[in-house]
Amino acid sequence: MTTESATMAGTTEKQISLPLSKAIEISFRSLRIRFWRSLITIGGIFFGIAFLMSILTSASINEALVEGGSPQVRALLEQQGADGDSATQQVWLVSLSLLVCVVGITNAMLMSVTERYREIGTMKCLGALDKFIIQLFVLESTFQGLVGSIGGVIMGCLFMLISMMTSYGWDPLVLFPVLEVAQNGLYSLGAGLGLAIIGALYPAYRASQMPPADAMRTEV
Amino acid sequence: MTEEQTAVMDAPDTETQNIVRTRGVKRVYQMGKLSLEALKGIDMEVQRGEYISIMGPSGSGKSTLFNMIGALDKPTEGKVYIDEVDVAQLDAYELAWLRCRKIGYIFQTFNLIPVMTALENVTLPMIFAGLATDEAIDKGVDLLTLVGLGERVQHKPLELSGGQQQRVAVARALANDPAIVLADEPTGNLDRKTGREIIELLRELNQGKQVTIISATHDLKMLDVSDRILWVQDGRITKNQRRDELDLDLGQIGAEEE
Repeated sequence: MTTESATMAGTTEKQISLPLSKAIEISFRSLRIRFWRSLITIGGIFFGIAFLMSILTSASINEALVEGGSPQVRALLEQQGADGDSATQQVWLVSLSLLVCVVGITNAMLMSVTERYREIGTMKCLGALDKFIIQLFVLESTFQGLVGSIGGVIMGCLFMLISMMTSYGWDPLVLFPVLEVAQNGLYSLGAGLGLAIIGALYPAYRASQMPPADAMRTEV
Repeated sequence: MTEEQTAVMDAPDTETQNIVRTRGVKRVYQMGKLSLEALKGIDMEVQRGEYISIMGPSGSGKSTLFNMIGALDKPTEGKVYIDEVDVAQLDAYELAWLRCRKIGYIFQTFNLIPVMTALENVTLPMIFAGLATDEAIDKGVDLLTLVGLGERVQHKPLELSGGQQQRVAVARALANDPAIVLADEPTGNLDRKTGREIIELLRELNQGKQVTIISATHDLKMLDVSDRILWVQDGRITKNQRRDELDLDLGQIGAEEE
């Protein structure tokens, strides 16, 4: 009996599979069919990441201006002063906004799981393993995170650049610290993706634990 | 034990073999302090190639029994053997494998994946089973042609009528050449004529492909295509009738239904 079940398990792992390309295709379409709802989730990530990115960009541009700005601009900057208090406040604000962002993602994904109870159960009846279900939901959230973060990075950066140009003239554009901003952009992108995945973990786990018999239920 | 089971797995075409066998199956649901005994000891066999209907009113334990046979739920007591393998001994991988390769499911509500075309719905279980995409597509088109939807492989479920959706579901159930097709009220959401067509389709597949079909139903039209009818009431099998034993009653019931 033990040898038999061992060989059976051996062949099973080879035989039950969901290629990544197929998983990506499925989750992409699940998003497309719920376009407006996913847009709202993407919006949450977008604003959170845009905020983070604008704070980071502002810090980088400030630094560049202090180093190489014209005397007038430096005078302006000195007048305003580098305020330690407002920096801590900003860290708090950014953290809070990102937290709200994760909660939003989790909420949206939980809704999506509840809505698809039968679909998930059906997939399990067709032979899907728990990890396929987790994979599908995490992929979905990753797409949303990716789109929202890219948008947020571009938006945050542009917004801050324009806003500083209105205060300091052309200097922020001339002295624009491309490398540093690009690096910050990558960090923000990473943060956005990370949040999207973290937010999706619990809903995806819950979906994967759903008993396949629920697919048979006629109500819901 | 091992040798015997391996021998059984090597020779699955033995005509007289039981594809499903249950022994003293009980299922108790705990609802807070109350415990509800949905199945009170079921012994039954289904032979390879049979067409079985499980009849019973709602609340009779019919669905619970059905879930047991389909490896969707485990008994509180007793054993369920599918193809002579004790379902309780299987781990998650083996259960998924069993559901993927040995059993095809047909649901009352069709349960097609709405974002996929008919063809993609049919090929999904084949992809789980590790079939190459080209092969899966060829086989999927063949199956859809078999159920009469060769012209509509690229349609989404919502672009198909109820009867057509159920045909897609039948094709999907056959995707990995299962030994058993389990149909839960397959005609429950269909009008009489379409339901009739689905029943005939199932019967043709049963005879043509030698697939065992087990169907839970309270659709009396199902009776005259079934080889055997199990009547379930109050968690027990109250009657086990072969079709030829049934003919007398059927006229009566049919008349009642009209």
